[in-house]
Amino acid sequence: MALAGLLLAAGCAGPPRGEVTVLAAASLAEAFAGLGATLSFAGSQQIVAQVEAGAPVDVVATADVESMARLVRAGLVDEPVEFARNRLAIAVEPGNPRRIAGLGDLARDGLRVVLADPSVPAGRYAREVLDRAGVRVRPVSLELDVKAVARTVAGGEADAGIVYATDVGPPARVDIPDAANVVASYPVAVVRSAANRPAARAFVDRLLGPAGRQALSEHGFVLP
Amino acid sequence: MLLPLLGLLQQAPWSTIGSELTSPEARDALRLSLVCSLGALAVALVFGVPLAWVLARATFPGRSLLRALVILPMVLPPVVGGVGLLSVFGRRGLLGSHIGSWPGFPLPFTTAGVILAQAFVAMPFLVVATEAGLRQLDRRYEEAAATLGARPWHRFRTVTLPLIGPSLAAGAALCWARALGEFGATVTFAGSLPGRTRTLPTAIYAGLQGRPEGAVALSIVLLAVALAVLVALRGRWLGVP
Repeated sequence: MALAGLLLAAGCAGPPRGEVTVLAAASLAEAFAGLGATLSFAGSQQIVAQVEAGAPVDVVATADVESMARLVRAGLVDEPVEFARNRLAIAVEPGNPRRIAGLGDLARDGLRVVLADPSVPAGRYAREVLDRAGVRVRPVSLELDVKAVARTVAGGEADAGIVYATDVGPPARVDIPDAANVVASYPVAVVRSAANRPAARAFVDRLLGPAGRQALSEHGFVLP
Repeated sequence: MLLPLLGLLQQAPWSTIGSELTSPEARDALRLSLVCSLGALAVALVFGVPLAWVLARATFPGRSLLRALVILPMVLPPVVGGVGLLSVFGRRGLLGSHIGSWPGFPLPFTTAGVILAQAFVAMPFLVVATEAGLRQLDRRYEEAAATLGARPWHRFRTVTLPLIGPSLAAGAALCWARALGEFGATVTFAGSLPGRTRTLPTAIYAGLQGRPEGAVALSIVLLAVALAVLVALRGRWLGVP
C-alpha cells in the first residue's frame, strides 16, 4: 500500500507541486483567485514591508515597478517580469447618479471623493493624473489600499473615487482618457527565500501562460 | 511576549525621535488622537456610568442579556464594529439615511465619527469596572445617607461617587487607553484623512508603508502610554498592593 502510494507520487512528478504562497497587490485579488495558490493581498508598499520583514511567501506581485525595485535592490527577489498593465478610472455609484463625466468633476463642491493614500501606488498614480489635469480635489479620506476606495464608493459612503479600471465594473466606472491616464505596470517575482522554488516558478509560468493571460484580460487588465 | 516590545525599542530612531514626533503628520495625528480619545472617554462617562448603575442596581428581565450586549464590543473584532456603525450611521444606514442631512451628519469621515467609533469599542471597559465598583460598595453608607435625608442625586454625588472613585478611575483609564489605540472600527467607519480622521494607529499603519521611522516613533508613544496606564493601575489589575 505504502509502495503504491510512493509510486503514485513518483508518477506525478511532472509539474512541481506543493503549496505556493503568493503575496499580491490588492488590485489583483479577483484576477488571481483561480490560479491555484494560497493568496494574500495588501497595498504594494505593505507587501514590500512584509517581505523585508521576512514574511514566508514564495511569489510577490506588486502594482508598480518602484515597490518591486526596492525588493530587487535589497536582494530579496529574483529578476521580476512584467505580467500586466492597468489604468486608472473613476469609481462612481452604479448608474452614476452624480453625473460625473471626468476628472474635472471631482473638484465639484459637495462631492464626497475618496482617494488611496499616496503611500500606495494607486494613490500616487491618482495624485499624478489629478496634478497633470490641474484638478484640485479635497478628498474626505485617503484610504490605506485601493480596494477600500472601491468599497467606500460602492457602499455609498462616498460619491466618487479614483481606482484601477479593473476594480469596478462598467456601470460604476467612468473611464479616464488615455492621454490623461497613467499606465500602471505589474511585475511579478519569485522570492529568494521561497520554501518551494520550483512550485513558485511554476506559478509564475502559469501567470505568464494562457491561464494567467486569460484571467487577467477577463478582469480588465491590459497584457504587455 | 516581551520580544516584540524590545524589537520596537531597538528599531526606534532614538537620535531623531524628537523631529519624527514634531513632523506635521505626527503632530496632526497626536493632536487628533488626544482630542478623539478624550471625546470618546466623555461619551463613555455620560452613557457608561448610568448604564453601569442600571446593571448593578436594577433588577429586570433581560439584565444579563443587556450586560452581554454592553460587553460585546470588547470581544467583537473592531472592524466588524465599524461595519455595524456604517450600517446604522452611514449614508445608507438605518439612521444615517434619515438624519444624513442634519448639520454635522453624515458621521463617516468626520472627527465626530472617530469619537463614536472609539467610544463604541472602549466604553465596555468603563462600564465593567464601574459596575464592579458599584457591586462591591457597602450599600449601608448610601442607606445611612438616605435616612439622613439626602436626595438620590445628592447621595450619588457625595457618597456613591467617592466610594466607587477608584473603580471609576481605573475604568476610565482603560477606556481612554483603548480609545487611543483604536484602529479597526475607526478606519472602517471614519476613514483616514490627516488632520481630521487619521489618528495615531492609522497614521502608524499608513506610515509603515512609506516612512517606517515615523511609524516606529509614533508606536513608541502608544507603547509608553499603555505602560503608563498599566503602572498607574498596577494595584488594581496586577494584584500588587
